[in-house]
Amino acid sequence: MLGHSKMTTAGFDVAIVGAGVVGAACALECARAGLRVIVLDRDPIGGGTTGAGMGHLVVMDDSEAQFALTRFSCSLWNERGVELPPEVEYQKCGTIWVAADEVEMAEVHRKQDFYSSRGVAVEVLDYRQLAEAEPNLREGLVGGLLVRDDSVLYPPCATRFLIEKAQQQGAVLRLNSTVASLGSHGPVLSDGSVVSAGITVNAAGISSPQLVAGIEVQPRKGHLLITDRYPGFLNHQVVELGYLKRAHSVTSDSVAFNVQPRKNGQILIGSSRQYGNREKGIDALLLRQMIRQATEYMPELKNLSTIRAWTGFRPATRDNLPFIGPHPNNENICLATGHEGLGITTSLATAELLVDQLLKRPSKIPYEPYLPGRSGERRADA
Amino acid sequence: MPEFVTIWINGSAVRVPAGTPVSIAVLMAGHSEFRRSVSGEPRGPLCGMGICMECRVQIDNQAHCRSCQILCQEGMTVRTHD
Repeated sequence: MLGHSKMTTAGFDVAIVGAGVVGAACALECARAGLRVIVLDRDPIGGGTTGAGMGHLVVMDDSEAQFALTRFSCSLWNERGVELPPEVEYQKCGTIWVAADEVEMAEVHRKQDFYSSRGVAVEVLDYRQLAEAEPNLREGLVGGLLVRDDSVLYPPCATRFLIEKAQQQGAVLRLNSTVASLGSHGPVLSDGSVVSAGITVNAAGISSPQLVAGIEVQPRKGHLLITDRYPGFLNHQVVELGYLKRAHSVTSDSVAFNVQPRKNGQILIGSSRQYGNREKGIDALLLRQMIRQATEYMPELKNLSTIRAWTGFRPATRDNLPFIGPHPNNENICLATGHEGLGITTSLATAELLVDQLLKRPSKIPYEPYLPGRSGERRADA
Repeated sequence: MPEFVTIWINGSAVRVPAGTPVSIAVLMAGHSEFRRSVSGEPRGPLCGMGICMECRVQIDNQAHCRSCQILCQEGMTVRTHD
């Protein structure tokens, strides 16, 4: 689509709306490809969903398309790991999926087959190995699955790093710019001015449906809690397997045990999911449920001091897959949105797949499953 | 209630009047640096009323205790720089 009539001489080749992790990754990929790119945001870098999230880089297995995207993106992060500055707090700590009973242990073995047959390094832990890996887990758990190459990072700093790298390669960043709509010649700002661009990328996350008609992205509220520093308390990102059963429920509020070690010894405690709740405030009842769930798995968490709790909104799609590619009804507009709780993980792959489509380059994984016009957006886990 | 209690600060016995806040005992024992901030700066008691969180020490193996809010108990073990 670029390189033809859409290429403008006066303005930018690409205008990206949204300086979250997805917009930042897209900006860098565009700049690396030699495109003239501008990033616009009303708020600071990573000030929306990005800054509210945990920063778990995780290979998921809930559908082949989700697996392909998360795996490709995790490999991109791991390649880039060495060049990430210390403030990004990148740490290849691995994920442990915890099985509380025999049914969940069967799921551990199913996951082991799934991952290992696709070349992902995993290891089944029995109850003893689990206790050794995470001594603060309660007794009586059955086992778990360790996914070695999963990692964690601090999303706002990772996003700033991507933006700065893009700027070094010529990208322009304009914050405090509220985009009112997406015109056919580029984004229209709230003061009526137009940022002239051949292609506009809607990377506005939960705000993306307000900028363009015809896409369904719903905010899915989450709570997080962070403790003071307790180095050595937790070694891996640890997630209960029950999480998978509940996290994708579209109908009800849910909480799940999901904890993450930060490099400085702080521990992030999650998680919750709520549909149809647009209140930014903390839901004390749900927070209490979340803490109860966490202390059920890790009783010693009760004795740690927490210093802050907050909420955020994940941009969710109906089939749990993001939208990456041209808008079905307007080829001047591309989408890079709807990443739900996986935007940090899948940002780098999203950027590659988007620029592959813009430049008609061959892509490393098929991009069709993430096209905005995909058939009926049926649930991917069906 | 005894008039004095003995607590252990970084392995040394310190005898203080019963009812002394741990923060005061630590100061009496000659430690003005209670801990280090993330960026390595020395930290010690500031507000004395449990708000500023600067006086945190480890008490009886529990990290991040606000020493200004806890009274010395016989046999208590305190570590600075937790």
